[in-house]
Amino acid sequence: MPISLSPQMMRQIIMDHYENPQYKKTPANKEAFETLHMASANCIDDINVYALVKDNIIKECYWDGVACTISTSSTDIMCGLVIGKSLEDAKYIIDQYNHMIHEEEFDESVLDESIVFVNTAKQAARIKCATIGWDALEDIICNHHHEK
Amino acid sequence: MLDSYKIRKEFPMFTNKIKMQGHDLVFLDNASTTFKPKCVVDAINRYYEFETSNSHRGDYDLCYNADQKIAETRKLVAELINAKPEECIFTSGTTASINIVAYAYALNNLNKDDEILISLEEHASNTLPWFEISKKTGCRIKYVELDNEGRITLENVKKAISNKTKLIALAQVGNVLGYETDIKGIAKAAHEVGAVVSCDGAQSVPHMKVDVKDLDVDFLSFSAHKMCGPTGVGILYVKEEIMDKLDPVFVGGGNNVNFAPEANVNYLKGPEMFEAGTLNIEGIYGFNAALKFIKEIGIENITEYERNLRRYAVKRLIEVEGLTLYNETAEAGILTFNLKGVFAQDLGTYLNAKGIAVRTGQHCAKMLPIFLGTPATVRASIYFYTTKEEIDCLVETLKTGGNFLDAYFA
Repeated sequence: MPISLSPQMMRQIIMDHYENPQYKKTPANKEAFETLHMASANCIDDINVYALVKDNIIKECYWDGVACTISTSSTDIMCGLVIGKSLEDAKYIIDQYNHMIHEEEFDESVLDESIVFVNTAKQAARIKCATIGWDALEDIICNHHHEK
Repeated sequence: MLDSYKIRKEFPMFTNKIKMQGHDLVFLDNASTTFKPKCVVDAINRYYEFETSNSHRGDYDLCYNADQKIAETRKLVAELINAKPEECIFTSGTTASINIVAYAYALNNLNKDDEILISLEEHASNTLPWFEISKKTGCRIKYVELDNEGRITLENVKKAISNKTKLIALAQVGNVLGYETDIKGIAKAAHEVGAVVSCDGAQSVPHMKVDVKDLDVDFLSFSAHKMCGPTGVGILYVKEEIMDKLDPVFVGGGNNVNFAPEANVNYLKGPEMFEAGTLNIEGIYGFNAALKFIKEIGIENITEYERNLRRYAVKRLIEVEGLTLYNETAEAGILTFNLKGVFAQDLGTYLNAKGIAVRTGQHCAKMLPIFLGTPATVRASIYFYTTKEEIDCLVETLKTGGNFLDAYFA
């Protein structure tokens, strides 16, 4: 997805994921998932991120909870982006996303729709919202390695 | 009538023409904190540049002067709330004040099955200390039922009071809905059953005449920074006859007369028993200036101005299509709302992008959403320097609030 995506399209992508999140659910077999709860003192965001990891691959990824537009949309996009990826690839994507959010150099080729959050730094108070789900998944990945 | 345009010239945050996101700053988060007039900033600087010394520590002039300034400030505080200076303890703010009530009074006086009466709309600082006391003593937390609008009525408080009620902890003005509660009536009802009243005055003292003798409260807590003073200074008023019954919470330098190897300690009497450690002296110098500044304007003038401006704000806000105002009939200058289809925090970001500072979320009153039926709200709050033009700016911006993603893409 090119960074030259029009602002109108970017808005549409954010709103689509906010209004109809694809991965917002608590899996019925949630015990099989690695889960992390994240909450923000500043925003309303209070979510769980669920990842099902098998043979080093993220087979399924969901999230659930209360969240603002930015955190809903960014977490939902993240879930779609990491499913089917190895933990290392997922970690690489998360790193690139974080670089983008913090206005550092980043590898655009792996970010797909999540590029729509490229302007988050314009509203610095919302960086936490744009990264809350990503931080959760990053922790899950790190903990997974640790447990191994 | 108070002249807010003239008053704004006293505030560096206005005269420095602060911009936010390229727009002139419209500061509508005064329930969180307030701007400081130049005299307050100057008083703090004067302490560091010309008058630095510790208090209670030396025989030299500078130290004596610091002691005098602290005593004068205590007197100004006492005058403001119609207390005696020896009933006013310097703390770090409302939160610290309420925690002192919890640990110096409640912990030692409440027992299993006693009841503390609070409400769902109390700030975290007037809730969590009581939860802790409940855990430690086995006393129970009971909630006053809010009326349809979210008010705490005397009638409902009376219904909730029982012979087990030992402490009633309520804000005089709620920090989300801005309703004024009849603390005087509540104190009378509380005293009839032998309960004490701890009043959270964080949102009332800066905006209206609060007379502790008239209200007959036992404790009153408030912060300097919400009334043009510095952060890190607050007051706990304790009724004289209760003060003598309290044990200190923090002990150490400055709160004792002497002590001996057998652990016998003679603590100072009165407020100083609760002021162990070096006080926030710069903060007290600044608070001194803030209290004089407010006194000069007149607290009654502040109330009148804010209530008029609030009425204007309500009239304008209800023009906005899709806006839900949760506290149309409240007294205080707090306006809490949501815009249809826009999550509160997204609206807050949009307003930020237009230079408007508001608070969004739960405003530390994390149980109130149970009543409001919405997880988050936007809160605009005014002070005596807020202008009609700023309200107009808020309203006109809200009218385009549906385009909230402009904050990122415009």
